[in-house]
Amino acid sequence: MKKTVIDAHNLTRIYDEKTIPVYALNGVHLHIEEGEFTAIKGPSGSGKTTLLNMIGGLDSPTGGWVEINGTNITGLKGGALIDFRLHNIGFVFQSYNLIPVLTAWENIEFILLLQKRPATERRKRVNELLAQVGLNDKARKRPAELSGGQQQRVAVARALAPKPQFILADEPTANLDSVSASNLLDIMDKLNKEENITFIFSTHDQRVIDRARRVITLEDGKIVADTAPASIVHETTGEK
Amino acid sequence: MILRLTWRNLWRNRRRSFITMTSVTFAVLLAVLMQSFQKGVFDYLVNNVVGFYYGYLQVHRQGYWEEQVVDNSFTQQDSVYNTIKRLPGVKEVIPRLETFILAASGNNSKGCMLAGTDPEKENRLSGIAQKITSGSLPGKNEKAVLLAEGFAKRLKVNAGDTLILFGQGYHGSTAAGKFPIRGIVHFGSPQLNEGLVFLPLEQAMELLGAENQLTSYALVIDDPSRLSAIQASVRKITPENFEVMNWKELMPDIANHIKADGASFYIFTGILYLIIAFGIFGTILMMTAERRYEFGMLTAIGMKKSRLGLILFLESLFITLIGVLAGLLASLPPVIYFNRHPLVLKGEMARIYEQFGFEAIFPTAVDPGIFITQSIIVLVIAFITGLYPVWHISRLDPYNAMKR
Repeated sequence: MKKTVIDAHNLTRIYDEKTIPVYALNGVHLHIEEGEFTAIKGPSGSGKTTLLNMIGGLDSPTGGWVEINGTNITGLKGGALIDFRLHNIGFVFQSYNLIPVLTAWENIEFILLLQKRPATERRKRVNELLAQVGLNDKARKRPAELSGGQQQRVAVARALAPKPQFILADEPTANLDSVSASNLLDIMDKLNKEENITFIFSTHDQRVIDRARRVITLEDGKIVADTAPASIVHETTGEK
Repeated sequence: MILRLTWRNLWRNRRRSFITMTSVTFAVLLAVLMQSFQKGVFDYLVNNVVGFYYGYLQVHRQGYWEEQVVDNSFTQQDSVYNTIKRLPGVKEVIPRLETFILAASGNNSKGCMLAGTDPEKENRLSGIAQKITSGSLPGKNEKAVLLAEGFAKRLKVNAGDTLILFGQGYHGSTAAGKFPIRGIVHFGSPQLNEGLVFLPLEQAMELLGAENQLTSYALVIDDPSRLSAIQASVRKITPENFEVMNWKELMPDIANHIKADGASFYIFTGILYLIIAFGIFGTILMMTAERRYEFGMLTAIGMKKSRLGLILFLESLFITLIGVLAGLLASLPPVIYFNRHPLVLKGEMARIYEQFGFEAIFPTAVDPGIFITQSIIVLVIAFITGLYPVWHISRLDPYNAMKR
């Protein structure tokens, strides 16, 4: 049996609760297992980013809870939550968000420094990750000297650096041309298949949806479709 | 990592960092120059009036300073003189017999301060021999006078001419005498330069019929910063009917002027510091606002807020530190130059200053204390303004910060 990485129960997020309440998420149940390659799709305003923020511990739900690898992150606050994210969740953002004053190599090393890993381990891991994303020759380049696709590959390597439980990628291909997007998806696909790394995307991009092995569709803050294996759907929706 | 990130972040927006550093540099330069000039001018003023004549401390018979007449003199006592001279911190004790008297030459006569003193000791107090513009210093008991330059001009006399002194002596006696002018001396203080006549002490006692009488002991001390302590120890060993006064009590006008000018200096520099504070704060505010998304992202991926706050705090501190160092380096040459070549006002401006009792010469003071004080003040400003981003980060919510 596969290990459960994310278990979200009855997630609700209401904005402007006191005036005109807007349900960004409305009672979402989600169960994600190790090694999944999942895309969350839906129209703008459907709640994709809100769901990702909840899973990533960046936003707190109005109701419900999120468990990651058995830890209820809804109850974590401040430094403990930041620390939890550092060790358990990898983030890939739409606009890459690399630190502009650091080189590609240093951007990846940065996370390991935050984790206080020894220098030899850092060096080995960064070189390994750069090789995996095919950017060994760009190690000393700063983000401004890299193309969008290359920056996003560095961002993926950075997200992988701390060996997180899963990677959350918010519209990772939105700013990329088709070749760069395809290369990035190849890399992520390979990492998922060969190293069993769990990826969760929020996306509009059909190229990502086509590659995903599970597609969750959100509308008005609710899951309206989920192509997950039957066992997972039953578990998350409570169906028998 | 923290230092590497801080240093590189400094140069992200080179123009803004450069503008901030330059504004700090100019502020430090201006503040150091202002304080150096202020201290230099007052040191010069105090040195002119205190160092060249009054001494840092004076010992008189009780009530003499209120009513400066020969009748308020005291009998010279070797025991008092020797005890004062042996005190630690006292470099020299100069016995004087002073009174106001009329000086005449040809058809001109003017009132002046007659100072009966030991010319050699006086020279040790002020190096007066080097200020002689013509003639020489009278011998210890020579029957000759040394005139202040301004006074000689007013009387239209030169070295080698004769001066008649006429006035009231001790216990109502008449004082009258004829003295050759041995030399003319220039005093920095206009007040002294316009009305002082030196006569060897023995000759002054004879002229005023005040044998063995003195009006004051003027004290030269090693370290002016220990003035109060030395004054207290002199007071302890002098008889009760004596008064021990420091130069601020002797010349309250100058002391008050220095105090008042000091206050206006603090107001002016206060405004300057306020401008610096707003300059630094403006930069920090912009930097914080511009990088809000990035801060959100960094905390999202696992950077502790304390570390992030420290980086921002160090950034503002480094910018200021570089500006302060540049300001100190930039201020050294002008401070040293104007110390060696003081600004000298001439003409009408000089006359106005002289009317207020100042020589219109403006040197700077090369005092490490000034450089240190100004640097510390600006760094404290940077420290306080640098706390803003720390506070901002402590309240940062990564989710809201990353909203575009």
